[in-house]
Amino acid sequence: MASAFSATAKFAQPLPLNTTSSARSQDKLSPPALFDPFRTSSSAATSPFLGSTRQLLCKSNRPLSHRRSSSSSAVVAISDVKQKKPKSSSNLLITKEEGLELYEDMVLGRSFEDMCAQMYYRGKMFGFVHLYNGQEAVSTGFIKLLTKDDSVVSTYRDHVHALSKGVPARAVMSELFGKTTGCCRGQGGSMHMFSKEHNVLGGFAFIGEGIPVATGAAFTSKYKREVLKEPNSDHVTLAFFGDGTCNNGQFFECLNMAALWKLPIVFVVENNLWAIGMSHLRATSDPQIYKKGPAFGMPGVHVDGMDVLKVREVAKEAIGRARRGEGPTLVECETYRFRGHSLADPDELRDPAEKAHYAARDPISQLKTYMFENKLVNESELKAIDKKIDELVEEAVEFADESPVPDRSQLLENVFADPKGFGIGPDGRYRCEDPKFTQGTAQV
Amino acid sequence: MATVFQGLGATAAITAAANPLDSNKLLLSSRRSFPGKKTSLVVVRSDGSLNLNTGSSAGARRLDQLVTNAVATKADAAAASSASKPGHELLLFEALREGLEEEMDRDNRVCVMGEDVGHYGGSYKVTRGLADKFGDLRVLDTPIAENAFTGMGIGAAMTGLRPIVEGMNMGFLLLAFNQISNNCGMLHYTSGGQFTIPIVIRGPGGVGRQLGAEHSQRLESYFQSIPGIQMVACSTPYNAKGLMKAAIRSENPVILFEHVLLYNLKERIPDEEYICNLEEAEMVRPGEHITILTYSRMRYHVMQAAKTLVNKGYDPEVIDIRSLKPFDLHTIGNSVKKTHRVLIVEECMRTGGIGASLTAAINENFIDYLDAPIMCLSSQDVPTPYAGTLEEFTIVQPAQIVTAVEQLCQ
Repeated sequence: MASAFSATAKFAQPLPLNTTSSARSQDKLSPPALFDPFRTSSSAATSPFLGSTRQLLCKSNRPLSHRRSSSSSAVVAISDVKQKKPKSSSNLLITKEEGLELYEDMVLGRSFEDMCAQMYYRGKMFGFVHLYNGQEAVSTGFIKLLTKDDSVVSTYRDHVHALSKGVPARAVMSELFGKTTGCCRGQGGSMHMFSKEHNVLGGFAFIGEGIPVATGAAFTSKYKREVLKEPNSDHVTLAFFGDGTCNNGQFFECLNMAALWKLPIVFVVENNLWAIGMSHLRATSDPQIYKKGPAFGMPGVHVDGMDVLKVREVAKEAIGRARRGEGPTLVECETYRFRGHSLADPDELRDPAEKAHYAARDPISQLKTYMFENKLVNESELKAIDKKIDELVEEAVEFADESPVPDRSQLLENVFADPKGFGIGPDGRYRCEDPKFTQGTAQV
Repeated sequence: MATVFQGLGATAAITAAANPLDSNKLLLSSRRSFPGKKTSLVVVRSDGSLNLNTGSSAGARRLDQLVTNAVATKADAAAASSASKPGHELLLFEALREGLEEEMDRDNRVCVMGEDVGHYGGSYKVTRGLADKFGDLRVLDTPIAENAFTGMGIGAAMTGLRPIVEGMNMGFLLLAFNQISNNCGMLHYTSGGQFTIPIVIRGPGGVGRQLGAEHSQRLESYFQSIPGIQMVACSTPYNAKGLMKAAIRSENPVILFEHVLLYNLKERIPDEEYICNLEEAEMVRPGEHITILTYSRMRYHVMQAAKTLVNKGYDPEVIDIRSLKPFDLHTIGNSVKKTHRVLIVEECMRTGGIGASLTAAINENFIDYLDAPIMCLSSQDVPTPYAGTLEEFTIVQPAQIVTAVEQLCQ
């Protein structure tokens, strides 16, 4: 079984800037502080951030059933359960159906991104393309727990978030090819995946600028329940962003507002340790991002982002909190991107040993192993899924290839929701009434 | 600066207010009927006669009548307002509040967010009383995080609400530039039309009374290039309420520029509901000799200069462009075609301001109708100084406007 707990030599060094040095020793761990924002003990949660969840384990083995008695043990219990050989299938974290769903979603993400790389090098898509290989566990672990009405906000690394949320692969691929059948009619591109139907609110090119939008979506959910008195409005918003964003002002401003008003939002940090070429440790005074949650009055959780089951357990808790109106959660998922920052990134700065370490913890392989060992599926079922996904992705490429490129007349549509915003022309008519307007040849 | 109607035969009608800026009584402007709305158009011509249901106020008038009626007199005002109900008098900030309150009553998705808008009532009292009436969630007091709460407003607008984001001073919205430029303006387009952003961003800007450089900024020049947004500037209680309501009802993101020194203007506005068209300019004073284009506070400097000009025998046509983006090229064009001379008076900086864009637009579209180059009077390219005398020199004063008109009309 691929160990989820192998620490890397790279991260065993103590962090020179960590001032909370009192609990550097690893036998004194207290994850309870992770979930309790009001705990003020300084010894809480000060284990060094070593890129391995083993360090965050509480020594006591708490069984899964006692999880609710102390909200802190969610992270603990997961690793415990995974280490034990389950005696009966009721101890498993997932059912067979769920397992297949998770597997399919992760394989879809992986195949799609691999196909993107191929297409990019063949000159079918252009610009900045940021691939998600290696991080699938985070997207699948969280988004598969959402309903269609819940919202997802992402960054430029958003293809897989859109796919997990339900946007058809052909729509995403078309968008990447810049065709008019893309989910944004070819006007957004790789970094701007939007879907009103599936409540994917983007796709943002500047880091951090999606977080306030996510906060706004969560605000709407609360507003609908409390002002508009819609009783079933408990929609949750997930905001995905990276470690680099966690040094940005918008992040902190939104943590404050979300906690202040108890907005139904989960802040998911996909900490892949690198912001293009800037190592997280070189950019951040206190690299333990989850600790920033309690500073604002919300729980902060660290979870192994290469393990979809662990992510899913934490996600259940965080999304449940938000849905019940208990407020936001900050979840830090330690994960890794197997490729460079984007397809234009030569990726020379990262240590091959680090890459190898995480490659060995490939989330898809880990899930496969888990399912085999617990006799949930057999080889042929997974192969069938692999084949199905391959065909799906091939079909998406074909569809995108055959789709038309946008016409000139599409240029000026969608600039304004109300095209009267283009104003009144010299002849007294609204510009948008000009027949040349739709042809895209009118001068605005 | 008390204004006195000297040399004009008509009685001066100055509505009582301590602020000298509102000493110019305003004509009811002609307006297009708002599509779908049953509003009757009332046009008050400067000779005091009333025309109903005319689309524009362009028309020949005899020159001699103008001298005595450079601005509307009390008699005119009475005549105008008797065409509809008597109306009620209020100050500009109250007009904004009235518009806001009516829209919040009408649609419960309309909400306000900003610093000190709730319990404090707004730093210029535009939202006073609204938090008590609508609750703390609908009139949301935000922490001091412009970028984040503007973005929050955008996210809320994308998901079904109709927020109004108040910048305590427009200058503070520089901190929200990321959200306004990238998200507010662009998301409708980059999402392929899937998400609309019916947000209104409003606040006071402009040069005040010795507020210092950072509180005296004119952000319309910075925002004007952002595709996908509309910008309007209000200048009277009438158009403040009308533009506020129109902006809230619009599906486009609208930035409404108010001016710090105009909040205490008093005017009588109609009791019945009305909306001002977001894309139209307002004819303030029809004339024959020269077109003066202006907006916001400079309108009052222009009208003051107009009195002097009229005494000297000139007949300026004054248009408050109101819509800073897009420009109402119809009203402006008709005026240029009539007078053949254009003077732009604005409070923006010389470089890259609204006047600069307007000059380019008029040159592009109406070059054949111009008898003289367009002159643009703007503020100096200087951070607004604190000292009162220096501050006066930074912005355009009525005397400069008079000189400019005389120069252009040679």
